[in-house]
Amino acid sequence: MSRLVVALICGLLFGAGMVISDMINPARVLAFLDVTGAWDPALAFVMGGALVPSSAAWLIRRRLNAPMAADAFHVPENRTIDLPLVGGAALFGLGWGLVGLCPGPALAALTTGAWQAFVFVAALVSGMALYRLTLDRGS
Amino acid sequence: MSPEPISFVWPLAGGLLVGLSAAIYLLVNGRVTGISGLTANATGLSRGGPRILSLTFIGGLLGGAVLSAALVRTPEVQITSNLWLLIAGGLIVGFGTRWGSGCTSGHGVCGLARLSRRSMVATAVFMVVAAVTVFVIRHILGWGL
Repeated sequence: MSRLVVALICGLLFGAGMVISDMINPARVLAFLDVTGAWDPALAFVMGGALVPSSAAWLIRRRLNAPMAADAFHVPENRTIDLPLVGGAALFGLGWGLVGLCPGPALAALTTGAWQAFVFVAALVSGMALYRLTLDRGS
Repeated sequence: MSPEPISFVWPLAGGLLVGLSAAIYLLVNGRVTGISGLTANATGLSRGGPRILSLTFIGGLLGGAVLSAALVRTPEVQITSNLWLLIAGGLIVGFGTRWGSGCTSGHGVCGLARLSRRSMVATAVFMVVAAVTVFVIRHILGWGL
């Protein structure tokens, strides 16, 4: 129960962050990515700001045996730099650069009622399903 | 199409909120806040990820966007991509983030914070590819996107 409340609170903070930071606006994101054009560096502050509490939490985590409301940490353990990592990141970068939406802002943009956000999120989930049915098919 | 300039205070404040979300979710629930992973869990497209928990997070994300849009700042969502570009972009982002195990939040906000080499590589790759994509579209093809 408490884990669900925490998930809700963290979701609220994350969603507010998408709107307040202006990551929700694809035109802003594309202007940030357009480093050789009229570059708009504002969004660098989003990652900069996010890394402060996030890094502090990972430092605190080293001193904890278990999270406060769960039995164990479920964090990625894979250390291999392989084709799926690089190929997947490259595909993601291509799609991000084409439209200006990554998953968090795309979900947040649904709340504005913009039809483009609904098309994008439907395609995004379809892309995830396609992965599940192809490369992730094994047992 | 360039948006109006924005004070750095907005991205900084929004970034701090995203980081706070990641910090609390890690320390209390013991999990990373990667939105592509949470989306896959919520839609049943991951291998056994926690569905209800992830659905709750995403419900909160939508609620937080609505509340902050009503109370703090009204967002503009300026999208010039046509229908086919939206579909292609969404498919590629969905497939790519699953294959590459993360997106801007999982590899960026969480992975960089814990100095994961995998996340450093992934973040460098998607940032560079995204910037090159925008360069090709705007400055070589000359599309006004």
